[in-house]
Amino acid sequence: MKSVDFCLTLKKHGFNFFIGVPCSILKNIINCLQVDPDVPYVSATREDEAIGIATGAFLGGQKPVVLMQNSGLGNSIGALASLPLLYKIPMLLLISWRGYQGKDAPEHLIMGKNTIKLLKDVGIPTQILSKKKTEKAISTAVNVMEEQQVPVAIVIKREVVS
Amino acid sequence: MKRCEAIETIANVLKGDELVITANGMISREMCAIKDETNNFYMLGSMGLASSIGLGLALSLPKKTIIVIDGDGNILMNMGSLATIGDLAPKNMVHIVLDNESCDSTGGQPTASRTVKLENVAKAAGFEITEKIHDDKALEKRMKHVLSLSGPSFVLVKIERGGKEVPRVPYETETIKTRFKNSIH
Repeated sequence: MKSVDFCLTLKKHGFNFFIGVPCSILKNIINCLQVDPDVPYVSATREDEAIGIATGAFLGGQKPVVLMQNSGLGNSIGALASLPLLYKIPMLLLISWRGYQGKDAPEHLIMGKNTIKLLKDVGIPTQILSKKKTEKAISTAVNVMEEQQVPVAIVIKREVVS
Repeated sequence: MKRCEAIETIANVLKGDELVITANGMISREMCAIKDETNNFYMLGSMGLASSIGLGLALSLPKKTIIVIDGDGNILMNMGSLATIGDLAPKNMVHIVLDNESCDSTGGQPTASRTVKLENVAKAAGFEITEKIHDDKALEKRMKHVLSLSGPSFVLVKIERGGKEVPRVPYETETIKTRFKNSIH
């Protein structure tokens, strides 16, 4: 799926408030959102800050999405555990997967190896995005968010969204 | 001025229709003990993120006034938040920092705010209004003034270390969330 269609699909499912920290894998999605006049995109300084802003947006009646690189998941674990997981605040986490299968720059390898495990260990329902089932992944995420009132992750490998 | 005095003064100048976020530790506990309201969101963990929650609310609800009652240790953990708020400049946000130059909830360890001028950081970041307040009477007067202006506003309140013996916030986190959300009209 193309980034522009991916963003349209997110909006079609009711997501209307976006907060992110840039990543090269997510750059086309973020670039689409930044120029979209219909939805706000807040550029956060850190990923845990983004989790805080998303929490406020949810309390204010919005349906938020946080975009981050998996390296930033490390920055966010404490915030996720003691804010949206603790208070039952639903939000969609779009997390890029640097270091997938150990093929990446050295700084991404340890987080790359542990990204899915970390998400599972803190109790965040997680899907890995595939090219053919993009819309299904988003609708599944929405259902889980609504049923469980928790943050839900979709992990995105390079070139899955073009 | 003691922290509980500052919190009581702030709580008393509010009109009641604001949305209030209180930072984790003694600030949430004292606020809950002094003036428990359904439109208070007591942050229990996620240290540093009170102003970020406030920003998300301020951008989502531009007609509501958002009051963040933060601490110096808290904002020093998330200084980037001042930049994000300054950049987006929500007019409806008042960011109060109760500054005892220490992490008092964890034993009074000194923080960098003993030398760093947080009000100048906020000003450089682009806050429309910045105030630095030392005594209770000035706090009441300046808070009323700040509430009449367009923000974002940053109010640094110098307080003493130490506080009341107050219990933990007695509510389940889901209750805090639900009653806060339901208080918004």
